[in-house]
Amino acid sequence: MSVPASSTAGLFTETPFIRKKRRTERLAQCLFGAMALAMVIPLLLILGYLVFKAAPLLSWDFLTTNPTNGMRKGGIWSALLGTVYLVVISLCISAPIGVLAAVYLNEYAKDNWFTRIVNLSVVNLAGVPSIVHALFGLGAFVLFARLDRSILAASLTLAIMTMPVIIASTKEALASVPVSFREACWNVGATRWQTIKAIVLPNSISGILTGVILQVSRTAGETAPIMFTGAVFYRNIPEGNVFAYGIKDQCMALSMHLYTVTTQVTNAPEALPYAIAVTLLGTVLLVNATAIVFRVWLRNRKKW
Amino acid sequence: METIETNQPSSSAVLTPATAPKRGRRSAAAVLGERCIEGLIRLCGISAIVFVFAIFFFVFREGAPILFGGGTGGHGVTEPGAAKPSFDLAKFLFTKTWYPTSLNTPRYGIGALIIGTFSVTLLAMVIAVPFGLGAAVFLSEFCGKKVRETLKITIELLAAIPSVVWGFIGLTVMNVVIQKVFKVQVGLNVLNAAILLALMSVPIIVSIGEDALKAVPDSYREAGIAMGCTRWQLVWRVLLPAAKNGLLAAVLLGVGRAVGETMAVLMATGHSVNIPHSIFDSVRTLTATIAAELGETAEGSDHYRVLFLIGILLFTITFIVNLLADFAVKGIRKK
Repeated sequence: MSVPASSTAGLFTETPFIRKKRRTERLAQCLFGAMALAMVIPLLLILGYLVFKAAPLLSWDFLTTNPTNGMRKGGIWSALLGTVYLVVISLCISAPIGVLAAVYLNEYAKDNWFTRIVNLSVVNLAGVPSIVHALFGLGAFVLFARLDRSILAASLTLAIMTMPVIIASTKEALASVPVSFREACWNVGATRWQTIKAIVLPNSISGILTGVILQVSRTAGETAPIMFTGAVFYRNIPEGNVFAYGIKDQCMALSMHLYTVTTQVTNAPEALPYAIAVTLLGTVLLVNATAIVFRVWLRNRKKW
Repeated sequence: METIETNQPSSSAVLTPATAPKRGRRSAAAVLGERCIEGLIRLCGISAIVFVFAIFFFVFREGAPILFGGGTGGHGVTEPGAAKPSFDLAKFLFTKTWYPTSLNTPRYGIGALIIGTFSVTLLAMVIAVPFGLGAAVFLSEFCGKKVRETLKITIELLAAIPSVVWGFIGLTVMNVVIQKVFKVQVGLNVLNAAILLALMSVPIIVSIGEDALKAVPDSYREAGIAMGCTRWQLVWRVLLPAAKNGLLAAVLLGVGRAVGETMAVLMATGHSVNIPHSIFDSVRTLTATIAAELGETAEGSDHYRVLFLIGILLFTITFIVNLLADFAVKGIRKK
């Protein structure tokens, strides 16, 4: 909503009053612009600095070899694979539930107090601190359900934690399908579920996928929820075998690895934590960038 | 949603197999299958409520025994004969001695931890709120489409950085920067964590704040422009008052994020139980305490249960903050 101020200002003779107003205007724009820039600059500076410090270690070997010598040498293979396991399994759990929950909220729920409570729960679920999710995972999955500390328990915890992400973006995607599409479908005699299956979901699939991608990035970066539910300090697995972990095993994870190497390993080479951080950050940002590109492409392609 | 509700009955009354079996061509199995799927959808729909209750229930289940006198001898060993002072909630909340591992008299006073959490959150908000709201105003009122898209993408990426990476940045980069710039001994302090938390909660404040500003009707802006006010006057006199509920919600959600943040504050606050006297003092927060100590406690010990109690406290705080934010947002929608 920007109205060209110059076109109106030009109609009047320039008095000191108007000049003062214009000056305030420019000042305000610069001020707000600076505030916005103040958030962009740290991102670039941080990224640049991390990559610069990590450069000596970054290589393909770093990704595909196990840490050795008490984490001081070698790569991050077991942590990388552990993160992949956690992300994939938690996605398999939370994506179906999250998408169906969004379908319920957008297609079935009436506008009443109960729906409001459901929406409020989704917001609250997103707002619960990650460490409380960790306590929940420990209490419910590790101890109560007797899963012990395992990939499964950690994935379940992560799944519940990141579910609001997918609910929110799926809801948005479903809401963007015009109501007239649904009406046309109902009018040829389709039931509500047939309409959803044939019209609503296919038309919003890209939006849903964007949500899934964002969830991947969120899951990969979380540390606190897995600290007590399945991630461990060190675990040796065969290099190059992508099926090295079992679902009941404990695993290493990239985020946890960064934490332990930074705080608990002494005499680690200086570049090592930076290299882990860059790998983690690179993965997450790459995944997010994919989601963004996907969304832009989707918006340009939209038929309505 | 309104149109769906009004349209659905008329179409289904005439044409769905369930109500007009003679004209339908679907088998009973198909109808049953559809019922099952709809049931499943409803079940998933209410799952969020179930999860929120489950979180409260399971955290409370682990923490509650100590509240109701089921305490043990301190280290997971029940001592039937030993007289044990009953657990005092007021003492737990308001005393500031946190010696959970003391052999003889472990003391669990989280006063200092609460103050630590609030001092870090407060300072983070002092930094993040002006910048966040300023950026939201810039995005919605002052810049062109291209700049807006670019900035929004950058902010989204900023939001995607994992908290453990922020913590790492605090520990390595900010630590040194603060030591050099402010000439202090320890760079891991309230200021360090607050800057990290500010950077982490700014994206949330910007995106919700921008939505709130967008929700102000254009007629307000047109009225302001018609009266000859500059954009600055428009923002200050018209938009900020009109969008204040939404902006409040944005700030509250930022607070919720900052209170609940774990890894960044764990690594950047310096981790000493301490009531801060300046922004260069090290503190410890509620979240960091749980993260640091839970791994070393015996399951079922008093210390373990107290950590779960802290979890309940955190859950309650964020619950209330989110509830308030929701009411603030609902406030604008009613208008």
